[in-house]
Amino acid sequence: MELLYNTERLVEIIGDFLQSCKGYGIPEWVLTLGGGVVVAVIIAGFIAVNTLILVLAERKVSAFIQDRLGPMRVGPWGCLQTVADALKLLQKEDITPKKADRLIFFLSPIIVFAPAVMAYVAISWSPKIRVADINLGLLYIFATGSLGTLGIILAGWSSANKWSLLGGMRSAAQIISYEVALILSVIGVIMLSGSLNLENLISCQKDCWYIVYQPLGFLLFLVSAIAETNRAPFDIVEAEQELVGGFHTEYSAMKFAMFFLGEYASVFIASALCATLFLGGWQPVPGLPAVVPPIIWFLAKCYLIVFIIMWIRWTYPRIRVDQLMGFSWKFLIPLGFLNIGLTGFIMAIRG
Amino acid sequence: MKEYLWVAFFLLVGIAFCLGGFIFNWFIRSNKPSESKLSTYECGEKPVGSAWIQYDVKYYLYGLLFLIFDVEIVFIIPWATIFKGSATVTALFVEMVIFIVILLVGLIYAGKKGALQWR
Repeated sequence: MELLYNTERLVEIIGDFLQSCKGYGIPEWVLTLGGGVVVAVIIAGFIAVNTLILVLAERKVSAFIQDRLGPMRVGPWGCLQTVADALKLLQKEDITPKKADRLIFFLSPIIVFAPAVMAYVAISWSPKIRVADINLGLLYIFATGSLGTLGIILAGWSSANKWSLLGGMRSAAQIISYEVALILSVIGVIMLSGSLNLENLISCQKDCWYIVYQPLGFLLFLVSAIAETNRAPFDIVEAEQELVGGFHTEYSAMKFAMFFLGEYASVFIASALCATLFLGGWQPVPGLPAVVPPIIWFLAKCYLIVFIIMWIRWTYPRIRVDQLMGFSWKFLIPLGFLNIGLTGFIMAIRG
Repeated sequence: MKEYLWVAFFLLVGIAFCLGGFIFNWFIRSNKPSESKLSTYECGEKPVGSAWIQYDVKYYLYGLLFLIFDVEIVFIIPWATIFKGSATVTALFVEMVIFIVILLVGLIYAGKKGALQWR
């Protein structure tokens, strides 16, 4: 616990170490690059380990919801199951169909995964732990989030497979529809704090979390975020009963794994954003003394949202494609505008 | 500006992570291609025609709607950032209500024309 509590100190110690290295005649750019590589390895490691944990958690949660045991064979309580899966995917044969557009087929997993990694730059993990303090952090995360769509469309198109093409096109239609609702749902939060910087957004919630002021915004954000990350009940993109595997039907081995790493990385980003915007980020519950370190608070809130997303996935049936599109345009977007109007009205009245 | 160097750096990290995985996979994978393995999957049947078909115009309609509404949101975000603590809050609010009502009329029009109906 002592070590966990001193995570913040650890960051400072690394910084001090890099500073003191300057005295030994090591050029500055080497130190900058060294620091960058350390940060990159930590984040990349987090994404990989987080995916392993989330896949296992997903299977266990689904199993318990459906009154099953889930993976039990590999390791105690099945906890090495996803490690085994990852090792298996690593040594699988990599198949590129003869008719596929080879270059785009190769590039699209990268286009899905790289923006998901980029989003981690703006996340504020604790008062001192963050990669960079990006002033337009919120807008930046939305921008990286929608870049991944491009990869999904390209994957669908380049596979030269009818299922893939349909999956990719549906994905594009779905994501652009819910993108509007997603951004509309956070406008209320921006109005309350007057900032797009995630640091500022968190410090504005010192006394009261925004979920209290923005319950409608929170619900809209959660629903649109689930749709944005292509998860059930909004996963018509890869609806296996009608579209085989959707856009990744033709993918195998590491290319297939990259889509899933990207998906779980963006699920975590969506939860982190939700925790930052509505649940006070790394701040403890207002009124509680700061005993638990902020990063633990932050991760606890993130995994709570992840759990809610999984819970929804395994409780509700998938909705039909026409209902899905209608739900966004006829229900979420008008409600988003209503939320902006209500927030503005109350703020105008109270001055 | 230094912050955005991190963005560029993390783009490279993402690409390097993928390439690293692919290269590792390339070294230890088995590679036994065959005619049927490399053919396009179509429920076990021989693929019929090209997959690069003309797709439905409805996707284009949604793209158009998205473009309109996303541009509107680009207008709303700067308004939202200056709303708090502004001296002319009421005027700002009334302006935005007018703007949103015009938008909603557009949305209702699109709905009446059937553009929101998935066919």
